[in-house]
Amino acid sequence: MPIDQRPFPPHIAGIMTDLKNIRNFSIVAHIDHGKSTLADRLIQLTGTVAERDMKAQLLDNMDIERERGITIKANTVRIEYPAKDGQTYVLNLIDTPGHVDFGYEVSRSMQAVEGSLLVVDATQGVEAQTLANVYQAIEADHEIVPVLNKIDLPAADCERVAEQIEDVIGIDASDAVQISAKTGIGIPEVLEAIVTRLPAPGGDRDAPLKAMLVDSYYDAYLGVVVIIRVIDGVVRKGDKIKMIKTGGAYGIDRLGVFRPQMQDIAELGPGEIGFFTASIKLVRDTRVGDTITHEKKPCVTALPGFKPAQPVVFCGLFPVDSAEFEALRDAIEKLALNDASFSYEMETSAALGFGFRCGFLGLLHLEVIRDRLEREYDIDLITTAPSVVYHLHMKDGSMRELHNPADMPDLTYVDHIEEPRIKATILVPDEYLGDVLKLCQDRRGIQMDLTYAGSRAMVVYDLPLNEVVFDFYDRLKSVTKGYASFDYQMIGYREDNLVKMQVLVNDEPVDALSMMVHRDRAEARGRAMCEKLKELIPRHMFKIPIQAAIGGKVIARETLSAMRKDVTAKCYGGDVTRKKKLLEKQKAGKKKMRQFGKVEIPQQAFINALKMDD
Amino acid sequence: MAKCPYCDFNSHVAASIDQDRWQRAYLSEIDRIGAETRGRVLNTVFFGGGTPSLMQPELVAAIMDRIRATWPTANDLEVTLEANPTSVEAARFIGYRNAGVNRLSMGVQALNDDDLRRLGRLHSVAEARAAFDIARNTFDRVSFDLIYARQDQTYDAWRAELTEALSMAVDHLSLYQLTIEQGTAFGDRYARGKLRGLPDEDDAGDLYFLTQDLCEKAGMEAYEVSNHAQNGSESRHNMIYWRYGDYAGIGPGAHGRVTIDGQRYATDTGLSPANWLEQVEKTGSGEQSRSAISGADQAAEYLMMGLRLRDGISLARYESLAGKPLNTNNINRLADIEMVSHQGDSLRCTPNGRAVLNAVLRDLLPD
Repeated sequence: MPIDQRPFPPHIAGIMTDLKNIRNFSIVAHIDHGKSTLADRLIQLTGTVAERDMKAQLLDNMDIERERGITIKANTVRIEYPAKDGQTYVLNLIDTPGHVDFGYEVSRSMQAVEGSLLVVDATQGVEAQTLANVYQAIEADHEIVPVLNKIDLPAADCERVAEQIEDVIGIDASDAVQISAKTGIGIPEVLEAIVTRLPAPGGDRDAPLKAMLVDSYYDAYLGVVVIIRVIDGVVRKGDKIKMIKTGGAYGIDRLGVFRPQMQDIAELGPGEIGFFTASIKLVRDTRVGDTITHEKKPCVTALPGFKPAQPVVFCGLFPVDSAEFEALRDAIEKLALNDASFSYEMETSAALGFGFRCGFLGLLHLEVIRDRLEREYDIDLITTAPSVVYHLHMKDGSMRELHNPADMPDLTYVDHIEEPRIKATILVPDEYLGDVLKLCQDRRGIQMDLTYAGSRAMVVYDLPLNEVVFDFYDRLKSVTKGYASFDYQMIGYREDNLVKMQVLVNDEPVDALSMMVHRDRAEARGRAMCEKLKELIPRHMFKIPIQAAIGGKVIARETLSAMRKDVTAKCYGGDVTRKKKLLEKQKAGKKKMRQFGKVEIPQQAFINALKMDD
Repeated sequence: MAKCPYCDFNSHVAASIDQDRWQRAYLSEIDRIGAETRGRVLNTVFFGGGTPSLMQPELVAAIMDRIRATWPTANDLEVTLEANPTSVEAARFIGYRNAGVNRLSMGVQALNDDDLRRLGRLHSVAEARAAFDIARNTFDRVSFDLIYARQDQTYDAWRAELTEALSMAVDHLSLYQLTIEQGTAFGDRYARGKLRGLPDEDDAGDLYFLTQDLCEKAGMEAYEVSNHAQNGSESRHNMIYWRYGDYAGIGPGAHGRVTIDGQRYATDTGLSPANWLEQVEKTGSGEQSRSAISGADQAAEYLMMGLRLRDGISLARYESLAGKPLNTNNINRLADIEMVSHQGDSLRCTPNGRAVLNAVLRDLLPD
């Protein structure tokens, strides 16, 4: 091994690294293409972490991140690398979130570094997610080093994949580094490429402090930990700093870098990436993309590109057991401490009781939050149908956002409704293309582009987000047997013929089941919902009409017939005790029902009705 | 002998039985309970559960003698014995009558040989009919049981079978829908998906209402969910259960509800005949548990049992047991959908309500 594995000093002295010896980079890759393994290798090979402390996916801290192979929060690691030119370089890797839901966070992470490694699985080729992220890197003016991974596998085809990178992404892949992150082949070459091919950062040490807030997270012992990239100036422990967008002012308690565990440092200068703590209590008080400067001698302008978090998908979260409402409230509040992009407000549903209407950056974000609530806080949840944010243009000329179909105002006040649209990029093997086109067409998609890269088609659709939040991922996965990759970005709002569909059980509207749908899709959706509910609601002593309606007009109807017979045939002197136990059990089962007018609907019926697996 | 695959009653099968030992144990139990309930008038006796017709008539006579010596009995004391309709047992009928039995309840179960085999019965239709004729000539009152909603039983087949049953000179019929109970051979088969051809809820409902209809037309209206009788021929013994009166349970697996010093108790005895016998001999009591029943539980039991009857319950009695009235809103809701009818003090199920009594009870029983 060519690398000198010296142990690192426990404390890094406050000697700032020369700008020319700093390289900041991110790794762009599709899930499973080897981003985390490569990061682990870089850390290992430079001796940043002792062999005995290595564990897989050092940078993914959360269980969910490790399990799903996704990164939700940005992580950074500082690596010291003695290069072939005899100089030691400081390499800062920012591990960015890889999912479109976190597109804004990704864009800020990208702004914080000067270059990217584009990792592509040499057996698979470019995937949709790679594209979305590599475009972010290109937008951030990165120098990009293509890296072909998994070359040790027999199915690897470096030539074809390099060609594909050039065709699809349009960057030169002739000098791609060929590696196997798993076996370690090519890792020293990656380190050299980082030093020789990526640019050093710029920055003025003597200018007023200007640093970007890259990300932040809550630590039970330290409070909020803020990850920053210094652009100009120098920040030191004890400095009084302020955040330009939020206006918050703090004194820095602790300043350091991640290796990947925290290590204190006396100061951070231009081009450096590290963290600080400052007795900040809420992650909400730190906004990704904000500019950090000195309170006394601030910089003149804030960094460009700051955007406040904007939830795009909303749904209701209710505890299955209504007694767990307080526990849910506590859990949501705790999660929100560490996730400024997640919004919530209390919601009351006649069907589901007390719960929360929550806003998310996207479906993955929704799933992650729900998973964490169920797993880390052990609360069983009912999740209502995800809804997007509609723009209601009122007759009086004003515009309102609609987060919950239940809040839809009387139509007489509404002039027209706009819905969010996305640009969806789907990469799919040829043989499934027909099914994918049909799916997109069924979901009111407008084809924007269709190109081929080898035997894979890349199809771009303009789709309504509300059709995608429904079960688009699942359908796509199922029609392509899992071979399609999918990514999207929001492209704005467009007017369409949208209506609120209500579901009435025994003539009572069930708020939890109302949804916004396109008028043309309403009948089919309504019929499916009524049929499903008919299966899911147990018979009652009377017959129950189940209807889907738009305004006052019924568009679909089913009738659940009355219970015919439910009586114990034999009940004599010896049976009464046993019979009573049985009835008590049944009564306990009733507690899991929600009373709806005269009808009792089991919790499970809501969960299953909202699943809608076509 | 064998155990029937649908039966979840406490039935036991033994090759031979030491009738003397059993007699001593029964008499000792009568003495014990008699001492606790001295002076109460006894109205009915029921020899049931399993196959009491395996008992020698002498044992029945000895038990009846001890009963008469223990309690003052009603003038019209009803003494029922359950019997299988086989020739062996029919030969004992005269002996039972001489011992004091005045009502016979026969487990005919089906008037169709194939179905009798499927139900695991050892008798044939011809044998059952012969036994029934003997019973008819021997006892004042004869009832028999049929099981319906059997595997692959059609609506028309049941109509024909029930019509035939009603044409036999019978004053009382117990007509049970086949119910798949956990812990029985049928229950196991059903759980494994091996019991096919059973009617769904709608078909079962049709069969139930057909039964009500045919019996009513034949002058045998249902006075309880599964029991039909000519006026005055109701099982007075079973009426005590459904009206939630006191009853003493004697023998293995027998439950009792007895009021002693103003407190009502639930009693039961061990299920295993051998253990029961040994316990009685060793400890002088076959009881396995005796627990005071709270007013609320008594009220619930009263409601569950009483609503099985055509005549329903007294709301005042419910209230005095429970210490509070039955929820009026719940009653009214059920009355609105015509599941119950409420007139003055009386609350009863409508015919439709009785068919879904479990649902009615779930609504009525307090949480």
